Amino acid sequence: MSELHDPADNTPQESVPERSAAYIALRTAFILLAFTLVFTALMASVYYLTAPRVTANAEAEKLRLIAVVLTPSRDGLKTFYNNHLLNDAITLPPTGALGTTENTLLYRARKNGQPVALVFEAVAPDGYAGKINLLLAVAHNGELLALRVTQHKETPGLGDYIDPKKDRNKTHPWISQFDHIGFDRVPVEKWRVKKEGGHFDQMAGATISARAVTNASGKALAWVNQHRDTLFALSSGAQYQPTATPAREHAQTLRSQP
Amino acid sequence: MNNIAKNGLWQQNPLLVQLLGLCPLLAISTSLVNAVSLSLATILVMMLANLAIASLRALIPYEIRIPVFVLIIAALVTMVDLAFNAFLHDLYVVLGIFIPLIVTNCIVLARVEAFAAKNGLAAATLDGTMMGVGFLWVIALIGGVRELIGQGTLFSGIEMIFPSLTHIQLLPADYPGFLIMMLPPGAFFTLGLLIAGRNWLAARTKQKLPNQHLEAAPSTEKTPTVAA
Repeated sequence: MSELHDPADNTPQESVPERSAAYIALRTAFILLAFTLVFTALMASVYYLTAPRVTANAEAEKLRLIAVVLTPSRDGLKTFYNNHLLNDAITLPPTGALGTTENTLLYRARKNGQPVALVFEAVAPDGYAGKINLLLAVAHNGELLALRVTQHKETPGLGDYIDPKKDRNKTHPWISQFDHIGFDRVPVEKWRVKKEGGHFDQMAGATISARAVTNASGKALAWVNQHRDTLFALSSGAQYQPTATPAREHAQTLRSQP
Repeated sequence: MNNIAKNGLWQQNPLLVQLLGLCPLLAISTSLVNAVSLSLATILVMMLANLAIASLRALIPYEIRIPVFVLIIAALVTMVDLAFNAFLHDLYVVLGIFIPLIVTNCIVLARVEAFAAKNGLAAATLDGTMMGVGFLWVIALIGGVRELIGQGTLFSGIEMIFPSLTHIQLLPADYPGFLIMMLPPGAFFTLGLLIAGRNWLAARTKQKLPNQHLEAAPSTEKTPTVAA
């Protein structure tokens, strides 16, 4: 291969005529600056070219996930709601009962203007490997419609069955226990995994992941049911203001824990 | 040309001989589908990086070549990341955080510095591609082995790329799984066995060559050069 050069060739090729150190430093800096500018411009143009599609994809992804929690296959509830969900959202501040530590969005599903369901995020802080992010849909009658794990770091092959994509039981994944269930069927004190005397199954050997999801969903459901009317009444784009001070609310959450 | 391909695939294989790119190996070789999809993105980046640097090498002062290489590689990865997000969104969801991490794969910088900075455009592009393919087959093999022993399946997660396909259950459905193969040590075990196998093959080939019988003693066996 004639093009292959000896590695020793890679030394500075021509000896630069005597120049001051400052000149060389400046020249090098300008070359580096030029490269930076050119490649930043390239990245910026790719960004602007792809931005509309990226946003559309992110929205589609969000809607797809919302559709999963909002219209469980049971009744073919395609006409369950008819408002533009992503436009009918309010901002929730960090809320102790939801386990959130930053602002999250809460979407409100309505049918012909009548409130139908709330879709919102919650965080289980006590997974086996850190936080587990959840997406929940709660019907206007206080029933949990469905629950999905959106992000987690549980052990692959062991604790990750909380995500139905990874659950080996494809017909009745573990998470489907939470479909269409409310405090009328499972009272608050039974909203635990079976190992702790509660209602929900867990997989042997990986109780921590199941317990984290179960407890977080129970707390989130209780909180949303308590504030449902306020949440539906707020105008779109508004920020929910907790009535209690955040500190007191947090203290209440702590007390309510076992 | 032939030599470049041979180097990438076997003689100087990035994972088996140069031992570069170990962090992606640990992270993404948990399943065959993950391993192959991220390697494809890596091949793309390596090809583009070698191409870009081979064509720009006359403009890059020797003293600041490393910052310029890093800048170019990072910019390329960012653009590949954006393009994946826009046009191959399903795959992007699967690969998740791993695409930006291609920047940290030392094999990309290593090929740019060792090859693209000194060679012509065509040779450099071929080298990047072949090194990438060498990375792909090893990481795919490791991913397959880990997935099979770890959870008894192959191609799990393929439905996220091709919704009509599903994974193959090779071991009995009640196979309890073998957790350590899914955790990072599993990648090291598999890689270690593969390196041992490659060295054994290399030593045997050497022994068979009549002219090199002097080098065939076990004490002179070629061991991989550890870098990274």
